[in-house]
Amino acid sequence: MDSEITLRVDGRRETLSVDTRTTLLDALRERLGVTSPKKGCDHGQCGACTVLLDGRRATSCLTFAVANEHSEVVTAEGLAEKDEPHPVQQALLDNDGFQCGYCTPGQVCSAVGMLDEVKSGWPSYVTDDLEEPVELDEDEIRERMSGNLCRCGAYANIVTAIREAAE
Amino acid sequence: MKPFDYQRATDADSAIATVSRDPEARYIGGGTNLVDHMKLGVTQPGKLVDITRLPYDSVESLPDGRVRIGATVRNSDLAAEPVIRQRYPLLAQALLSGASGQLRNLATTGGNLLQRTRCPYFQDVTTPCNKREPGSGCSALEGWNRHHAVLGASERCVATHPSDMAVALAALDADVLVEGPDGQRTVPVTELHRLPGDEPEQDTVLRHGELVTAVELPPLPFAVRSRYRKVRDRASYAFALVSVAAAVEVSDGAITEARIAFGGLAHKPWRATAAERALHGAPATEETFRAAADAELAEAETLRDNEFKIPMTRNTLAAVLRELTQQEGS
Ligand SMILES: Cc1cc2nc3c(=O)[nH]c(=O)nc-3n(C[C@H](O)[C@H](O)[C@H](O)COP(=O)(O)OP(=O)(O)OC[C@H]3O[C@@H](n4cnc5c(N)ncnc54)[C@H](O)[C@@H]3O)c2cc1C
Ligand code: SF4
Ligand code: FES
Ligand code: FES
Repeated sequence: MDSEITLRVDGRRETLSVDTRTTLLDALRERLGVTSPKKGCDHGQCGACTVLLDGRRATSCLTFAVANEHSEVVTAEGLAEKDEPHPVQQALLDNDGFQCGYCTPGQVCSAVGMLDEVKSGWPSYVTDDLEEPVELDEDEIRERMSGNLCRCGAYANIVTAIREAAE
Repeated sequence: MKPFDYQRATDADSAIATVSRDPEARYIGGGTNLVDHMKLGVTQPGKLVDITRLPYDSVESLPDGRVRIGATVRNSDLAAEPVIRQRYPLLAQALLSGASGQLRNLATTGGNLLQRTRCPYFQDVTTPCNKREPGSGCSALEGWNRHHAVLGASERCVATHPSDMAVALAALDADVLVEGPDGQRTVPVTELHRLPGDEPEQDTVLRHGELVTAVELPPLPFAVRSRYRKVRDRASYAFALVSVAAAVEVSDGAITEARIAFGGLAHKPWRATAAERALHGAPATEETFRAAADAELAEAETLRDNEFKIPMTRNTLAAVLRELTQQEGS
């Protein structure tokens, strides 16, 4: 069953007709040709499909495109300003924060969303005092980024890059 | 995936009417469990009614000291809510221990409560499973059952309930507000989920078409000192093997109030009333903590792969109580 939806994707307005069964991830990749969000597991388990959905990080493989009518979607592609990488992207480049790069767009969107959450004072499971401001140390970064797996095991440099981008 | 019709609910009454009259219709919240099940073929709804734009997205402190959490409040927003962090830290911790940041931004309060078991056979449509297909048998009984239940299980099903949030809610004696075609009712969260018995296909006492509209927390002053601790196979982003939600009050070295619930042990969040009785009035000592765990686990029955849950539960409960009572003393 088809349904017409309008989305904003990386700043562009897109109107398309989708089968209700299409996930947001498949709509982006297969219908709109926006291939920076990757399909790793398709079950919410790897984070490769992470995008910013109305400004918040979200897995795009477990939400149907039709459920996101009028949403603003920003992918890793849309975070860069023309040829200027986003500070998180630059930090990953500077610190060798990837090997094959498959998980990287998801890591980028997740880190950008995560840094905003920290700015808003959101605690994590490893935050000792839930009422004190968060100090983004290595344990905090690892916990907050645990939804993004990296098959190449580039974790150490990803953490360093995020620390740098947070400064 | 089977084709389905998608509707966005604009008011609760028509959403309830739509789902109630169509046995193939389901509500959808964040979709993080339901979409997964639709991909796996575990559930094949013919119609989805999206409830995320209904006006249930706020957390309110009520004049009588209760806190009402709307059913569509996202797990991440609830964990960040100041009133939850101050008054019910165990609930914030339970939410933050679940899934990942990008899933918690989608997952809703109602959907989290009603998420289904992670039993691998339930999720694999090629294997027998009484919960998915009543009467087909239980593959976990003689199969891989490391994550399965040690309390309250039946011969038909040994699955565990996966929600962390629900364990904290059980310790807090939260109420679930439900609206159906015949009006509203309130179900204590400890009575929402069922034990499997002869009908493992029924996770909860809800009837088809009933909509969870909110969860209410009663005031519980001593919950300011409370803790949710989760033990799992990796440090983060994994379901609980065992978890403990606890709130205690200590006076002159003796425990005067205790609320304890366990996750990972049963088909429902397990409110540990026997452990609470053992703690009540007893000195806050290691012996008391161990005795409380033993009291609750007296009826436990283990399977081939999950015997470890018994000592793990005992140790985790003792560790949490030690931490909470030492804090109090200092
Ligand atoms: C990789 C992964 C890891 C996870 N790890 C954890 C974990 O460690 N701990 C944990 O607790 N959870 C974990 N989860 C589960 C996650 O918490 C749930 O998927 C989520 O909370 C479900 O909420 P939702 O709004 O997305 O529900 P949906 O998928 O939208 O709905 C779930 C069910 O609830 C019904 N429903 C939804 N809202 C209502 C309502 N208001 N009234 C009546 N029925 C309703 C739906 O019909 C459906 O049957 C994990 C999930 C994934 C994918
Ligand atoms: S434990 Fe329950 S859910 Fe798992 S296979 Fe057995 S019947 Fe199915
Ligand atoms: S593809 Fe979405 S989490 Fe793996
Ligand atoms: S860089 Fe290869 S998966 Fe992360």
